[in-house]
Amino acid sequence: MGRYVIRRLLQMIPVFIGSTFLIFFMVYALGDPVAALFGDKAPDPATAARIRKELYLDEPLWKQYLHYMGQILTGDFGTAFNGQKVTELMASAFPVTLRLTLVALLFEVVVGIVLGVLSGLRRGRSVDTTVLLLTLIVVSIPTFVSGYVLQFLIGVKWGAVTPAVSPYAPFDELILPGVVLALTSLAYVTRLTRTTIAENSRADYIRTAVAKGLPRHRVVTRHLLRNSLIPVVTFIGTDVGALMGGAIVTERIFNIHGVGYQLYQGILRQNSPTVVGFVTILVIVFLLANLLVDLLYAVLDPRIRYA
Amino acid sequence: MPEKTLPHETTVPEAVSTAMKSGAGKPRSLGQDAWRELRGSWLFWSSGVLLVLFIVMAAFPTLFTGVDPRQADLRGHYLAPPNWSHFFEADWFGYNGQGQSVYARTVHGARASIIVGVCVTLAVTVIGGLVGMLAGYFGGWVDALLSRLTDIFFGIPLLLGALTLLQAFTHRTAWTVSLGLATFGWMQIARVMRGAVITQKQADFVTAARALGAGTGRILFRHILPNVIGPVIVVATIALGGYISTEATLSYLGIGLQDPVVSWGVDISAAQSQLRDAPHVLLVPASFLSLTVLAFILLGDAVRDALDPKLR
Repeated sequence: MGRYVIRRLLQMIPVFIGSTFLIFFMVYALGDPVAALFGDKAPDPATAARIRKELYLDEPLWKQYLHYMGQILTGDFGTAFNGQKVTELMASAFPVTLRLTLVALLFEVVVGIVLGVLSGLRRGRSVDTTVLLLTLIVVSIPTFVSGYVLQFLIGVKWGAVTPAVSPYAPFDELILPGVVLALTSLAYVTRLTRTTIAENSRADYIRTAVAKGLPRHRVVTRHLLRNSLIPVVTFIGTDVGALMGGAIVTERIFNIHGVGYQLYQGILRQNSPTVVGFVTILVIVFLLANLLVDLLYAVLDPRIRYA
Repeated sequence: MPEKTLPHETTVPEAVSTAMKSGAGKPRSLGQDAWRELRGSWLFWSSGVLLVLFIVMAAFPTLFTGVDPRQADLRGHYLAPPNWSHFFEADWFGYNGQGQSVYARTVHGARASIIVGVCVTLAVTVIGGLVGMLAGYFGGWVDALLSRLTDIFFGIPLLLGALTLLQAFTHRTAWTVSLGLATFGWMQIARVMRGAVITQKQADFVTAARALGAGTGRILFRHILPNVIGPVIVVATIALGGYISTEATLSYLGIGLQDPVVSWGVDISAAQSQLRDAPHVLLVPASFLSLTVLAFILLGDAVRDALDPKLR
């Protein structure tokens, strides 16, 4: 187990390098950060050349990347084009998005698995049809439409919650945005759970468990659910990164100044140090979540062993 | 031992022999079985009809309306409300903030969304399916290499990756948006496929096929693939809806399709600020978008149920 974790941590290094290089390539090689600094005006060649030299942008891409990574290892994520340190932006943005993601994850895991089990066990009955219909409706409506409509109905018209989130973004203001953020994933979790539960509930080991007289809740929780959770856990693990990055839309609708907001501003203005820095942290979060998922496999299914 | 020398016909149970006589002499393939199942499913037919309708709308929008979607009459029609009884006419769904017919724009907007959704899903299923199958089946260094490649792309969320990639294009069409979405969309299928193949490849029927001398290609495509395609179809069809939504989301964020292109995403995002005064401008294209997504999901569901031998 310990050796497996160490091996996986070592395997993460090439993935980390690959992902960060991919985003580095898209930002610095496909886009032109120096031209973006000048906005719509044509940059003065001499000034542009000077800035390029200062920002280390006159070197080949791989050298720029090495230089950047060297800086990151010393904790220096560079300076955004407006003069603010990227680490300062991170310190204000990440706690907010972390809270938002936690709300969304909690909602999606609890509600999704419960609904999935309920409908999977009653395949074809009215509960199943209702839940399926609801997930279909939820999946069919894009987040920015459901976000605006829910914000308008619950926040503005009925006044049940504040429609926009204050700068400190406490948990209670993040409930509606968290639900909006989680909606699509919730439908995925419900449907995945339903599919695997419905398939596994016909398995021989379930018949055995029922035949030997185990109480129903024990059959469902210990035998059926545990064997059905692997695809669900896989999805949730990969969803953590998507939720944090996908908060772009939700954060824009509810005016939350988190990671999504900073990234969106960074991408629009081609503020390269911000984009690369934030994505680097997101990649690390994502990698650790993935490792956790793989370790959970062995917990859920003892046939999977990590030597 | 006289029993063993009995004539062949008497040892065949009656049911089997009648089945053989009734023309089912050749065993049916999985595809034929699935088709028989699908023919009786109303979900399959209703979603199919809906999809054909949208696809015809995307291919020949002029069959549905003669009105130019870009023709604007700001003074006469600014945010005019819908006339629900004027079927198939320019003012059926009212007018938008530019004085353009919402009905005409919605009909013409089908093309971009459907092209993007279908292109991305095809690309993603082929790439992701192959990568996942090879990684899951061969394991070892192939798995290590392909899984790390998957992880590299997976490290960057779909919307974020597509935004960054598309930001580099100053002129964006349905093809560039598809490229952006497919580049960061294939990993999910690859992972689902890999996981499913890993759990199946130890199964007895795979060992049996191998013992009977089946080659790798045959085991992969004839024995493992039919058993793992179910979850992949579920994921791909829900994802197709996701891609159409993401295309609209990119337009909403201002980095998707651009204004001269008529698309549901462009129209929904333009209508956002008028949600309070003229909800129809947003709700009509949003409903069409959602219906398309819904139809694809229902179709995928019906096909999934039909393909899964365990559910019979």
